[in-house]
Amino acid sequence: MSRKFLSGNEAFAEGIRLARPEVISAYPITPQTIVVERLSEMVEDGSLRAEYVHVESEHSALSCAIGASAAGARAFTATSSQGLLYMAECLYYAAGGRFPIVMMNADRSTALPWNIYGDQRDSLSQLDSGWIQAYAENAQEALDLALMSYKIAENKAVSTPYMANLDGFVLTHTYETVDIPDREQADRFLPPYETDNRIDFDNPKNMAFSAGPDSNYIFKYREHEGVLAAKAVIAETEKEFAEIFGRQYTGLTESYLTEDADYILITLGSIAGLCRETADKLRSRGVKAGVLRIRYMRPFPNEEIAHELKNAKGYGVLEKDISFGNEGAVYTNVNSALKKAGLTIKGGNFIGGLGGRNISAADIEGIFAHIADGKDGVHFLGIGGSDNG
Amino acid sequence: MKEIIWLGRGGQGAFTAAKLLGAAYTAENSDKYALAFPSFGPERRGAPVRAFTKLDTKPVTDRSQTEKADYIVILDDTLYSPQLKQLLKEDGRIIVNSKSDIDGALTFDGERISAEFRLPTVNTVMYGLLVGLSGVVSAEDAIGSIKGYMPEKIQERNIGALGRAVEEVLS
Repeated sequence: MSRKFLSGNEAFAEGIRLARPEVISAYPITPQTIVVERLSEMVEDGSLRAEYVHVESEHSALSCAIGASAAGARAFTATSSQGLLYMAECLYYAAGGRFPIVMMNADRSTALPWNIYGDQRDSLSQLDSGWIQAYAENAQEALDLALMSYKIAENKAVSTPYMANLDGFVLTHTYETVDIPDREQADRFLPPYETDNRIDFDNPKNMAFSAGPDSNYIFKYREHEGVLAAKAVIAETEKEFAEIFGRQYTGLTESYLTEDADYILITLGSIAGLCRETADKLRSRGVKAGVLRIRYMRPFPNEEIAHELKNAKGYGVLEKDISFGNEGAVYTNVNSALKKAGLTIKGGNFIGGLGGRNISAADIEGIFAHIADGKDGVHFLGIGGSDNG
Repeated sequence: MKEIIWLGRGGQGAFTAAKLLGAAYTAENSDKYALAFPSFGPERRGAPVRAFTKLDTKPVTDRSQTEKADYIVILDDTLYSPQLKQLLKEDGRIIVNSKSDIDGALTFDGERISAEFRLPTVNTVMYGLLVGLSGVVSAEDAIGSIKGYMPEKIQERNIGALGRAVEEVLS
């Protein structure tokens, strides 16, 4: 193990180097660029043996990864924002073809107005594409997800592509101390990719075919089962990861002081740290605040959320997303989890950080105050209050 | 937690200094944590740049921009303004690279040292001045960060400039 002071992008690239992808297709886009730059340097200096393919667009980047995966190779690509949207067509091909590609997405705002800064409207718009979706909070988790992602995606019961999301700039461009596992340990954790879902001249089969109304639904059902199967596989993989590397992750969610909390703030990504600090501050004033961080949006932690919230008086969902005309996608999903569990707790939706706008400690204290007031509905941070934009 | 705000212009290496300080602080001790990040956005030469370093003995999880700093280090004195005091803690200090005196700030002629070591930028000089004044990291760890994170061919001159800057303060 070695310690280094790295950005989220660099840490993710280190994790990918340890995962030994055989094909990397790359098209740069801010704030993802550094991850593909670092990988190209690793291929150049021989520390990563991979075919590094410069493609002409994001649509081609993922198409290339699909082709590589169909040939039985471990494939990696990375994107962000408009790039993710441009490759949207291919996201469905990759998922439907059950190709366990790993892609890093640097979460970034979507145009217009054009903006390069972080929010989560890009990846959350693709929840239905059939990909596993993970959200990292810090650079260490980013590196660890890179290593775990292939093991989860390539599991035979899962066989589903995996999107690891890093908040643009706040995580991708922030430097922090990261422990980089040893090569030998990484190899012990992650064996080479082996699959029957590939082109094989000795055993020819039809791949990426069409399926009419009589059978199509069976494939879609299987796809659904594959993503659901990831729940158990994520838990197993994290257990094995902890045994080898000593860092234990907590599955689809991570809870903080939720056990006896009256008010729980649910969020995802790199803002969770400030939420926990705010919960500490409120606790010192006698307010029973807690934080639930969603680590995986797909498969969605329905049971975990219901379990953590069952004794709460109120909750809020803070997300960097809005589905115009309704509410944030995370809020919709959380409410569905509570409804299915028969819980009737009041909770509001707090939309913040769009286009990279700073979310301050005061903003988060304000959210907890809203939750304590029993307010529901959709609230845009900075609009409608004393701080009007 | 100690928080440092760096002000410079694109190309002056303010963020590099912010990063080196974080690397120096966390170099060998697993009980020390740091974050370093620039004011995010397109990189343009000459445009004002801010960078931030946060140092603590527990993991730094607040990733928002520093609102109250222990030190503000300014690489270009045209970026100084009296309003910056609002970004300082009560006992916070402002360190400026300048040939003239500035009321309420500590000024040093950083270019004199950078010129001596044939360096086009004053970032490692200002880093050295901060290290000397604040003691947030040792000079040895600061030198270690240059060795670990700067290209080899410019390490020696930067280590020289940093060392001279530390001496400047301590003498």
